[in-house]
Amino acid sequence: MRYNERELLSLARQPAEKAAEVLMRVPKKGSVLKKRLVKLVVNFLFYFRTDEAEPIGALLLEHCRITKEEENVFSISFIEEPERKYCFECDSEEQCQEWIEALKRASYEFMRRSLIFYRNEIQKMTGKDPLEQYGISEEARFQLGARRQ
Amino acid sequence: MKLNERSLAFYATCDSPADNAGFLYKRGERHTAYHRRWFVLKGNMLFYFEERESREPVGVIVLEGCTVELCDSAEEFTFAIRFGGTKSRTYVLAAESQAAMESWVKSLSRASFDYMRLVVRELEKQLEEMRYGMAHGCAGGCRGSPSSWKTKPSELERSMERLPALPAVLPKENGCAVWNNASGVNRPPEVSGCGEDAGDGNPRPPPLPPRRRASSTEVGSAVVESPSSFCRLHEWYGREVAQLRQDWLERQRGPRP
Repeated sequence: MRYNERELLSLARQPAEKAAEVLMRVPKKGSVLKKRLVKLVVNFLFYFRTDEAEPIGALLLEHCRITKEEENVFSISFIEEPERKYCFECDSEEQCQEWIEALKRASYEFMRRSLIFYRNEIQKMTGKDPLEQYGISEEARFQLGARRQ
Repeated sequence: MKLNERSLAFYATCDSPADNAGFLYKRGERHTAYHRRWFVLKGNMLFYFEERESREPVGVIVLEGCTVELCDSAEEFTFAIRFGGTKSRTYVLAAESQAAMESWVKSLSRASFDYMRLVVRELEKQLEEMRYGMAHGCAGGCRGSPSSWKTKPSELERSMERLPALPAVLPKENGCAVWNNASGVNRPPEVSGCGEDAGDGNPRPPPLPPRRRASSTEVGSAVVESPSSFCRLHEWYGREVAQLRQDWLERQRGPRP
């Protein structure tokens, strides 16, 4: 699949929501835990060799599942292939929990659900659509209708 | 750079709702011929397929950080997706009608994660302030703390300015709503201006919401201000739903003999 790599690399260089050195294992046969720098930027998780400026890879965090595994470890898998897990071992349980929380909220779809929720709540409380003042109430992406996962 | 392409392809083709979809002509990178492709916009990802029925996208354009502009071109209904870098490619696309072009330009220019986050934060702030206001009462006027009732945050304004000049999207004035719980009024009366205007009559803009901190490559620096607001509120309102559901289930079982 073609993609605009230059822009993705540029995104990887931007200030991260969260970044840390962790041990990471990819879902490939025979792969082992390796020290990586992981960086969360918008809905992408970039992973780098610790001394390199360019990421080895990126994971788009949509339709994914973040699971607590054993102590200090969490995994990311994607709903169409739940057994294929990217595993991350953190320095502490606390760090592990922080990452789980951050990654669960990192998807565009999560943002959208939050927005629809807040919009609905505000509308219920005030009778006014808070998006009207920005002229975006008709945008498809903000609609209150039943949106499937 | 590796990308989780299989998951991307799944995201593109699964039945989650698209923010826009349709045929567009895409100008080639080297050759200026246009190719008709089926485009699907989901979130900040613009996928394109050879055919509408294709099972896998030919490619994807990550839209984060792009600007969308109308094109001055011999071709009708063209617009461009541009990125900031010096060697960045510009994607030139052409729609099949004026309406389609406008629809695409609008949805693409608001497709970024950053934009979505901005709007979510703004609404979250409004909701928190409303709840704060309800809990503590706001008798007599708006609180001194920057009130988002008065005006739009200037970040959102700047974001609006980046949109191309289509039929103008003029944000309406938002009068300052005064909450007065004590008097039992259900709907706050709207007052324009709240005594905190700057001298020229324009409301003072609230301070900018914090953006991503420049040095946030530190471990543990989180930009999300109230990370569990949505979760907390979801929990809170969820309890009411759970109770209602419980009541409904009991009613379904019918009256006890």
